[in-house]
Amino acid sequence: MRSARHAAWRFVLQRASAAVLALCVVLHLATIIYAVRHALTAQAIVAHMHASLFWPAFYALFVVAVAVHAPLGLRAVADEWLALRGRAVDAVLALVALVLLVGGLYAVALLAG
Amino acid sequence: MVTRTPGPPEDRLLPQTPVRERRVGDATFPVRIWRGTASGRFQQFDVPRRASQTVLDVVTHVQRHLDPTLAYRYACRVGMCGSCAMTVNGKARWTCRTHVDAVATGAMLEIAPLSHLPIVRDLVVDMAPFFDKWAAAKGQFKPTATRHDDFARVMPGSPARRAIDATLECIGCGVCYAACDVVGWKPDYLGPAALNRAWTLVNDVRDGEGAARLRAVAAEGGCHSCHTHQSCTRSCPKHLSPTASIAGLKRRVAQALVKGKL
Repeated sequence: MRSARHAAWRFVLQRASAAVLALCVVLHLATIIYAVRHALTAQAIVAHMHASLFWPAFYALFVVAVAVHAPLGLRAVADEWLALRGRAVDAVLALVALVLLVGGLYAVALLAG
Repeated sequence: MVTRTPGPPEDRLLPQTPVRERRVGDATFPVRIWRGTASGRFQQFDVPRRASQTVLDVVTHVQRHLDPTLAYRYACRVGMCGSCAMTVNGKARWTCRTHVDAVATGAMLEIAPLSHLPIVRDLVVDMAPFFDKWAAAKGQFKPTATRHDDFARVMPGSPARRAIDATLECIGCGVCYAACDVVGWKPDYLGPAALNRAWTLVNDVRDGEGAARLRAVAAEGGCHSCHTHQSCTRSCPKHLSPTASIAGLKRRVAQALVKGKL
């Protein structure tokens, strides 16, 4: 049954992206605390982004995980709290995913130079 | 024609005195009971306070002595059959196993039909949707052996049989279904009882349904809709954990999915 496979993939992707986000958020918080403690300027942070491939790659992964996780979460919220479900809702959420992905990766590209 | 039995002397305690402080035997307390269908209303009765009184005792007193038109269900009245499940002060419970002392912490006892099911009348709900979802989750055993085969050998200590131990005692009372938040938010959600039974059968080595049952529980409205609130586990009168069963289904479905067997 297609419905079962699709529903199962949505669940697996939601869990997988949640695992990625858990790591990303912890590392992101750590960098924020570091930046504040060491009084890093915006220029210094951008310089870090330019200097190595790690940070742009990290934040690109962060963006992809968000683009997967957030729309799937919104799908459940729309279904359970607004009684909105069906193909039209899925189409809107696919658009949200696209906006998050493109906007986020564009931001990372700008910062990474 | 029903005549009212001689009532106890008028109670001079304040209306807001908690029920458990009212003296047993010579006082009444107010009970609000749902009457009618979904568009009905609560009706108040004054019921004598008795020692070790259960909520089922209260409902039975009302029907026998105060209003014979009150509709309600019960059978064993000893906590075995699950027929007397109702909403008591907002929580789904077996009324025969609920002492008035335990739930009436305020001045009022409020009895309503089980949530999330169509109301037939008063305290009686239509259990058909509950059992329809049981069937939709493929909650029936599918035999593979015939009368010509030897008995199946199921090792009691095997992991699958031990998993069944924790889920088998469900009697389909509907309390978990009434307590489940997701059932309230998502009408097509199969619900904790149906999914618990599906997990029982998934672990039954004799069963032949296989991937078809996994597909039934994985579809839209299936096990993935569970948010692990555990309202079902908290309210189950048999102390089962449908949450754990649903987690098991999620695991099994994911395993089947990545192996291409869903």
